[in-house]
Amino acid sequence: MEKRIMKGNEALAEGAVRGGCRFYAGYPITPQSEILEWMAWRQPEVGGTFIQGESEIASVNMTFAARALGARALTSTSGPGFSLYQEGIAYWVSAGVPAVAACVQRFGIGDGFICAGQDNYWQAVKGGGNGDYHLITLAPNSVQENMDMAYESFELAEKWMHPVLILSDGTIGQMVEPCVLPPMKEYDMNQPWAVQGCKKGEVNKVITDITYFQDIDEWNAGYLKKMREISETEQRWENICVEDADIVLVAYGISSRVAEGAVNQAREEGFRLGLIRPITLWPYPRKAFAEIPDTCRGIITVEVNMMGQMRDDVIITVKGKYPTYALTTNQRVAKVDQVVAFAKDVYNGKVKEEEVY
Amino acid sequence: MLERIICAGLGGQGVLTQGKIMMYAAYLKDLKVTWFPAYGNEMRGGNASCNVIISDQRIASPYADHPDLVMAMSESAVDLFEEAMASGGKLFVNSSLVSEDRTYRSDLMVIKAPVTEVAQKLNSERNANLCMLGKVIKETSLFDIDFFEQSMCGYFEEQGKGKYNAKNCEVLRAGYAL
Repeated sequence: MEKRIMKGNEALAEGAVRGGCRFYAGYPITPQSEILEWMAWRQPEVGGTFIQGESEIASVNMTFAARALGARALTSTSGPGFSLYQEGIAYWVSAGVPAVAACVQRFGIGDGFICAGQDNYWQAVKGGGNGDYHLITLAPNSVQENMDMAYESFELAEKWMHPVLILSDGTIGQMVEPCVLPPMKEYDMNQPWAVQGCKKGEVNKVITDITYFQDIDEWNAGYLKKMREISETEQRWENICVEDADIVLVAYGISSRVAEGAVNQAREEGFRLGLIRPITLWPYPRKAFAEIPDTCRGIITVEVNMMGQMRDDVIITVKGKYPTYALTTNQRVAKVDQVVAFAKDVYNGKVKEEEVY
Repeated sequence: MLERIICAGLGGQGVLTQGKIMMYAAYLKDLKVTWFPAYGNEMRGGNASCNVIISDQRIASPYADHPDLVMAMSESAVDLFEEAMASGGKLFVNSSLVSEDRTYRSDLMVIKAPVTEVAQKLNSERNANLCMLGKVIKETSLFDIDFFEQSMCGYFEEQGKGKYNAKNCEVLRAGYAL
């Protein structure tokens, strides 16, 4: 198997290409621009199409159109660009289009900053656009996972005929690690559901909000059924030292790398810390929490944001069985020592549960 | 084995490349490795640094919160990273640019090397970063010098800069001889 040293963003782009992506549209924004730069030379090389859109709104809608024609299509952005994507992504959902978006999170409200952040969580997993929907959301925490998740994202999207989001962050995007490259997949864009042109006299196919053609009650019931099925069958997670933990950390992306360091350090000191790492953020891996022992004194999310956004899902999952906390470090990624110290404070009853973090 | 490394200096001194060469050598040695640059509004002449973690086991955090090894190419690099170093860590100081009478933490091993002057004498001032790498290879057991030299050449070839390899090797070896 081919192996190379790559930057996280490059791996995400190359993983998509090897997974059959032959259309990319996007607009530059730090810290995800390497995805766009990679696609700019790589798509022409593999016979695909690269377009730098005039804006994020144009890019998300071009991706919709390319996918409606059957091509495996990707777009990527960050921060305010992801806000501009929301209307377009809601249309992808309403049209049942299996397109893929990547958001390489940066910190901040509005324009924000160029440093890594994890404050798009609510926007990513709780809707983001109008209407009831969730995106199937994958959270890579290494260069290899950027590659692998982008590689399989189209098949996952096509399995459910539903958009998939890869929610990365500035550090996972900018860090460099060795990475195994999977073989190129070929994909036939002439899919039965795609627009392929029609002969004279045939009724043309239109790909838009499915409820234009289908009874809305029927569509709603079908969508709900599908969401429940995805929620049950697509949960993914990694548990580290959870079974005997006195305190359990919950973290994804870059925070999960730091949290794993904290588990290693705490265990060396004899402090029983564990980690649940959600790999899918929606569906939220609630099954992972079944392993937490009854004796656990608290659950802490570790997040690069102000308000501990993911803690909401932990509260929903544990239903009051354990107290929940968030170690939030705003625009700075937490240090290992800081995580261990906070966990000890929780263990010793020194931290108050906040309503709003 | 876990080696947490920071390469630090001023923009233009090649500290990111220094880290990448370490990373590449570790990769060729089949070790686990991560590289992460200090990321912000950096500019030429401002402070620059990168984190390299090398291990024979799965690497958790890519950040060297408490580095075991720091290559400080400038005075400000010492200011920024000495304090956070792990006790017993090795602090490599570019003595061409860092004040002679500076005092250091007593629990660190401080290794001074005039790498800018040595590189200048070889008409290769911009390769002071490689000169420092030579000294690091000498004073640590991370890599054998021949293996490291080959890795470095391979790295530059991959970057399309292989034609400078003879000079690069000369400067690396000069650092190793210090």
